Formats: sequence, structure tokens, C-alpha cells
Amino acid sequence: MRHIPVTCDQREAMLRAVGCSNISDLFADIPEEVRFARPLEVPGGLGEMELLSHMRGLADANKPASGLVSFAGAGCYDHYVPSIVDHVLRKPEFFTTYTPYQPEVSQGTLQAIYEYQSMICALTGMDVANASMYDGATALAEAAMMACRVTRQRRVVCAGTVHPEWRRTLSTYAGAGTFDVTFLSPDETGLTPGMGHSAAASALKNGDVAALLMSSPNVFGNVEDVGAIAALAHDAAALLVVGTNPLLLGVLEAPGVQGADIVVGEGQPLGNAMSFGGPAFGFFACRQAHMRHMPGRLIGRTVDVDGNDAFVLTLSTREQHIRREKATSNICSNQALCALAAAVYLCAVGREGLASTARACIAKAHYLRDRLLKTGRFTAPWDAPFAHEFALVYDGDVAEMHAAMLEFGFLAGVPLSRIESAGPAGPTAKLAASLVLFAVTEKRTRMEMDAFAGEVASL
Amino acid sequence: MTEKLAHTPGSAPSRGPRSLIFETGAPESRCVMPPALDVPEIDLDAALGGATRSEPPVLPHVTEVEIARHYAHLASMNFGVDSGSYPLGSCTMKYNPRVNEDAARLEGFSGLHPYQPESTTHGALELMVGLADALAEVSGLPGVTLQPAAGAHGELTALMCFRAYHVDCGDARSRVIIPDSAHGTNPATVAMCGYQVTTVPSDADGGVDMDVLRSVLDTDVAALMLTNPNTLGLFDSNILEITEAVHAVGALAYCDGANLNAIMGISRPADMGFDALHINLHKTFSTPHGGGGPGAGPVCVTEALAPYLPGPVPFRREDGSYGFAQPASSIGRVRSFYGNFGILVRAYAYVRALGGEGLREVSEQAVLSANYLKERLREAYDLPYDRTCMHEFVLSGSRQKREYGVRTFDIAKRLLDHGFHPPTVYFPLIVEEALMIEPTETESLEELDRFADAMIAIAEEASRDPELVKGAPYTTPVRRLDEAGAARNPDLRYRPEE
Repeated sequence: MRHIPVTCDQREAMLRAVGCSNISDLFADIPEEVRFARPLEVPGGLGEMELLSHMRGLADANKPASGLVSFAGAGCYDHYVPSIVDHVLRKPEFFTTYTPYQPEVSQGTLQAIYEYQSMICALTGMDVANASMYDGATALAEAAMMACRVTRQRRVVCAGTVHPEWRRTLSTYAGAGTFDVTFLSPDETGLTPGMGHSAAASALKNGDVAALLMSSPNVFGNVEDVGAIAALAHDAAALLVVGTNPLLLGVLEAPGVQGADIVVGEGQPLGNAMSFGGPAFGFFACRQAHMRHMPGRLIGRTVDVDGNDAFVLTLSTREQHIRREKATSNICSNQALCALAAAVYLCAVGREGLASTARACIAKAHYLRDRLLKTGRFTAPWDAPFAHEFALVYDGDVAEMHAAMLEFGFLAGVPLSRIESAGPAGPTAKLAASLVLFAVTEKRTRMEMDAFAGEVASL
Repeated sequence: MTEKLAHTPGSAPSRGPRSLIFETGAPESRCVMPPALDVPEIDLDAALGGATRSEPPVLPHVTEVEIARHYAHLASMNFGVDSGSYPLGSCTMKYNPRVNEDAARLEGFSGLHPYQPESTTHGALELMVGLADALAEVSGLPGVTLQPAAGAHGELTALMCFRAYHVDCGDARSRVIIPDSAHGTNPATVAMCGYQVTTVPSDADGGVDMDVLRSVLDTDVAALMLTNPNTLGLFDSNILEITEAVHAVGALAYCDGANLNAIMGISRPADMGFDALHINLHKTFSTPHGGGGPGAGPVCVTEALAPYLPGPVPFRREDGSYGFAQPASSIGRVRSFYGNFGILVRAYAYVRALGGEGLREVSEQAVLSANYLKERLREAYDLPYDRTCMHEFVLSGSRQKREYGVRTFDIAKRLLDHGFHPPTVYFPLIVEEALMIEPTETESLEELDRFADAMIAIAEEASRDPELVKGAPYTTPVRRLDEAGAARNPDLRYRPEE
């Protein structure tokens, strides 16, 4: 399986045409000392049939969540993906193209991403959305850096209830030295689901903070009071960055309406497979006033010389290939195909379907929580509004419960200890050891949830 | 204007504009709805603490057939690798094998949740370790992270590791050296890492100017970022002197792996003296570009730098089982979860199909094909660096500009009428009216000749009828765009109110 259409005879003819007697002549510029003298030790040479069989063997060595009754979420969700989505993604004119630098032959990608940007603006209630980022975590880090550019400050404050891996990513980016980050504890005791408004107010009081970063729903699934937190941030001349779940925005108030200045999130719930956590995409939306500080690619509508509507990459003077070290970011790509999946998904479910799907997830999550509490094996660590994900305290050994339920075909949520808890504002170790996060999507049925609760109760 | 259409390719884009999906369908149109609710309805506003939506989002209302037609139409306006030659320099637009697409969609991969117990993901971890081993062998650099989502993300990851390494050694530094032929991501990455950029010029042969390099190297330099083969498609013969000079002041040498397709099995970045390298799986390892992503930009580093890599890193235990480990002095993580796993699956499948011998053949053919095209085009265009090239080469359209007023931009647009995607243009910045051509190994000789014929025909058109070339393209779904207007009055989304 070499995918080299040039034949041996042609190869000889080509060598003659370039004045070489053999292939190694072409590499004469490579000094002898750095030539690689032995064959690469990389196993391979499989034909297509053997290859697929080998790949199936590896795939079969996994037990995918999609084949289990899964209540795992924590940033990656098992939603139904309509058939049409993958049929569109498999069109070679979409998946084999490069970044649309030649707009005359890239109108398909450009228009699809313009429509995607429009949908993200509609969901988030923001003015401008870019063509997408690597994922939710990097979108948050880029939002922090953008807020520093907008406000000319170099410190951001991040809620402790933001997903630990997002916080860890933010710390890593801050570690590169261009900005500082302060993490808030969930609150003084570390036991409440909210981000701790008083801690936020005190962290902001010096007026030197570029942005307050938060999630709603937060990592525990709880819905935060975004409006009140926006007021706190704005009183301190800081921007408010809100991470959110785009699927839930079918019913959840748009962060833009609540006062967010930048809205980011992980786009996977919209038509993207879980795929072990990637690839999916990060979405990134902001207010018109801050547009020229945005990272990432932007697609705009214009006309061609014949007056036809047409789309093109625009505002590229923000970007690395023009601005080099003065660019707003080093990003020079987007997750175009994943954003396309999201756009097709949003077309397929439509306005009503998105709202119904979100409602179904939320109703089912509330049903499951009630059922689990009734087993007597779980207790609620707090009582706060939540959407399709919630945290409960298990009264036994979480790992044993998780393993036992796996035997019965259930993925019993995500033990909080499974999420990398490193990061300055993680919950206390004691709490983490007994907390389990459950997410419920529209795929789960009442019968499955009853069966799960029944099995847990009988452990 | 009888010669507007010089060539009619069968699969080139052919259709005109399409209305927005928002303007299609009717309010009652539906495609996919969730099943009827089988649990009690709840008071949504109470459940969400009063945070229910005041206005529904403006999303399309369409049926499935309208979606299918919409995207079929949009697809017909795109040019992909399947449409024809795509010799975009430094982007390695090689064919994307279809079996890799099928492999990535196997439910055992696509249905995995990142927080499943490790006992249920052994196949995925074995695959990641197998890919990391292959990348380590190709690069000669033993530490590998598969986390970065793109090449630029890999650059950032590596420089963060450099910073952490120097800080750990009590030797924090502030500058990074970059040649003037570098990709724009290099200096942008340097800035994101809080370093200052020092630019060094290229010498007459297109390599790093050694005298200038020596003059700017001191103990404040953290790193040199170098693409080798460089963006002129030339292998820097001084590479060992360069990396030795860098190491002599305690700095580290970073290799931008954009051009790895030229040297697999022929020369290893580790042997050239590089400490780190990012690899674009969407270039060298055939994973599709997807219209701009998703790709993947794994980073390979020396043993000394491996403890700083982002975690978690998949590894094989003594007993043959697999798990994730956190490197001892890890910089943290550069994204959620483990990387663009679906892309890693495709790259792994590519590696297993080719094997070590196949990878070497890829590089040999890529280099031969580029040299062949260079020979065919050397008369029609200026060739600023007349040396044996690697997998790509750079022509200049300065003769056409000077003599006929035809710019490289015009030549690129005219190529669209001839049924080809243009090369990378106006890059590298050090070549006037640059045309950077990378055919890749997956083009047939017939296709290479057709491309060369088209380039020669355009050079001839430029001399005979410059206005023809300057008005191109004529046969594409839309023609030249008002790009200045797009930037002046940005229209970045559909506004139903208007």
C-alpha cells in the first residue's frame, strides 16, 4: 500500500531527466555524517485487507462507551449523531481540501464555515464567532490572552469550578510567561458547587484583572448565576469569559444575553464522535468591539468581480502569516471538518430538535439523580440547579462500584478521581475520592436508568 | 476571450453560488428529532435556576434532502486532493487513503470515552504507543507527545518545554533565533512563549548565514527554530555546524517538521543535532487536511527534554499492558484529553501500511518528483536557487511581472482555469513573486507532466496575452473576490433581522 503511482520505468526516466543516475544523487546535499545508514525499524507493509484486520483487532481490544449504557460525560458526551452528518463529512471535496486560501475554488468550505460562525453566534448570543479552535481548553486559554490584549492587563482569574483539564491547560499557557492566572477555590470549604462569588469579588478588587473565567454549567454540571458574576467582573473593569455546553444552549440562556464578553466551549456534543476525546473543536465568540483582537480564522461575506455573493478568509492582518510575532495567536488552522459536523448537526436537529434534545437530556438527568438517591447508596453533596450532569457522593468504594457496573454493561459515570485533579483549585482529596459525575444524554432510556439504579442498589 | 477555458477537467468545481442554509426550508421543516420523552417532564426553569433561554437561537429549519442538496452543492464548489493536483508548497497535499478513514470510524475507536477505565482502552493505548514508537524511530528523538492538535500547537508545546528546561537548569533565557525564510507560526509561537525574536538572514545558497548566526548567538538565546529542509526546499548542508553552534551557548535546536516528507529514512533530525521536532501528521502521514483541520502535531524530543513533555503520555508496562503516565517535570497539558485521537488512528494505519521501507520510498519519490518538475519548469520561470531540491522548490514569477505585468497572483488564478490548485504563493518571503511547488509522491508522472504543461502554457499566455492571465480565473464557481471590501466592512454572520 504505497500510494505511489510512478512506475519503476518512469522512475528511471525521471532520474535521467534530472541528470541523476540513482536516487542517492538527489540527496548529495545531505552531509554523510547525518545520513541515516540503516533501514527504519518500523513494522508495516500490510496490504489493505491485512491492515483493516489489524486495525479491527486493535479496535476490538477496546470496549467503547458507545456500546455500553454510558453515563460518562465530564467534557465528552455520548449524543446521537444523525446519519447525514458523516455522509457530508465523507465528501472528499470537504475532507481532502486545505485551508481555503484560494477562495475561488473553496466556496464550499468557506460558506459552510460562515454558516457555522452564524450558528455559534446564534447559540451564544454573541456578535462574532471565529472558524473554531483546537478544543474548549485551548479556546479558554486563548480567551485569557485575548482579554489581556483588550484590557492591557496581564492577570486573569479563573473559577475553581472550571473543568480541571481546562484549568491545567490555562496554567500551562500562563507558564509560558505572557500572563498570570489566579484560581479561585470553589469556596472556603471546597464543598459547594458554585464558583464562590465573594472570593471572585475579592480577587477582582484591585482592578488589575483582565478577565474572570468561568463555566456554566460548571464541571459538576451545575448552572452558575452568570448575570451576577458578569456584574462583578464588569464592576472591576474585567471581561467575563464563559465556557459553556453548546447543545444545552438549545434551552439555556445565551451567555451573551447574560453579559459575557467572550464565550468559549467544547463543540464535541454537536455532531462529533467521542473518539477518545478528539478530534472535536473549540468554539470562540466575542463582542463586535473586540473583533480585531480575536485569535483564529474568520470568514466573511463579500462579492466577486461579477457581483456574485462569495466568501473569503478575512481580517487576516491579525494573523501569524502577516503579523508574525505581533499576531494575536500562532494558530494557523481551525478544526474545519469538526465545525462542519457541528453545522450539519445543527441543521439536522434544527431549532426545535436542539431544544428537545437538551430538554430530554436534562429531564433524564433529573430522573436518574432521583433514582440514584432513592437507592440509598448515594447522597447529594449539595443542592444546586443543574442541567444534564450532576455529582453524587457514593457511600462505598467508587472504583469497586465502577468495576462491578462495567461487568453489567454500564459505564457508571466518571469518578472525579479519574479526572486529572492537579491544579491549584481542585476539590479536596476526600471529596474527590467519593464523588461521581453522571451525565445523561438523549440516548439513555428510562429502562436503562431503572436497571442501572437497580444494579447499584443491589451491590 | 475565446481562450478563457484552456482545459476542462472532469472534476473541477463547476457550480455557482448557493443561498445560505438559513434561507432554505420552512419553519415547520424537520430532519431528526429525539424520541418521545420516556421520563416525566420537568419544570425546566426551576431545574436551571431560572436560566432558561429568553429567545430561541436562530438555527435553520430544513429537511434531510435539503441538507443533502445544500452540502452537495457546497462540495461541488470545492477543490480537494481528489479533484486534481494540489502542489501547495510546505503543505504536503498527498492522497488520503480511504481505508484510514474507515479505520478511524470503527466503533472501537470512535465510540471511546476519554475517561473510560484503562482496562477498556488497551487497543487505543497500544495504537498510540505504536505510533509514538514509529515517530521516535523516524525522528531519532525518543520522547514523544501526541497531544498537540496542529503543527503550530506542537511548536508552542516544544518551546514551553524548552523554557521549563532552562528554568529548571537555573538558566532562564529570553531570545529565540529564526531565519527569515521561516513560517509565520514560528515567530508567533515565540511571542506566545514570552521570548523575543531575533531574525537571521539566509545566505546566497538559501541556508542559514553562519557568520550572522554566530554573531547573534549568546547565552541569552533559548533556541534556534529551523525548518530543514527549509522553506526553499533546500537541505542546509551546514546543519551540524549550526546545531553545534547553538548547543555551544547552551541553547536548544528546534526543527519545524513541516518538510519531513523529504527525509524519512534518509536523514533523522536527531542526527542533525535537533533537540525537538514537531511532525504534522496531516502532511507527512497522509491524514486529511479537512479544509483547515483537524490535524495533529506530535512533538518528539531528546531524552533530556522528555521529562518536560505535556502529560499524560501513553506507555507500555513491563508486563505488556498499557497505561498513561505523567512525565516527571511535565509542563502540564496543552489541551483536553490525549490529542486528536481519530487523526492518530489514521496516521498509525498509514505507518502500518507503509512500514519503514515504504516511508523511505515516499521520501525518495517526493524528492524525485519535485526535482523532475523543477527541471521541466526551469526555462519558463526564474529559479532563484538553482540546486538539487528536496520535496519542494521555489520558482519566481519576477520575469513575468517585469516583462508583462503579470504577477504570481495572476499565474495562480490562471492555474485554476487549467484545473490545478495553485502552489503556495508569496512564500517564503525572501523570494520575490514566489511560487512554492510541492508535488508529493502521490502524483503520477502523467499528472506531473500535465501540471508542468499548464505552467508552461501560462508563461506563454503571459507573454502573448497578459490581460487574459490578469483576468483569471474564468471557469470557477466565483471569480476574483473583493477581499479589501470584506475586511473593511466585515460581514461575519447571517443576520436574520436584515
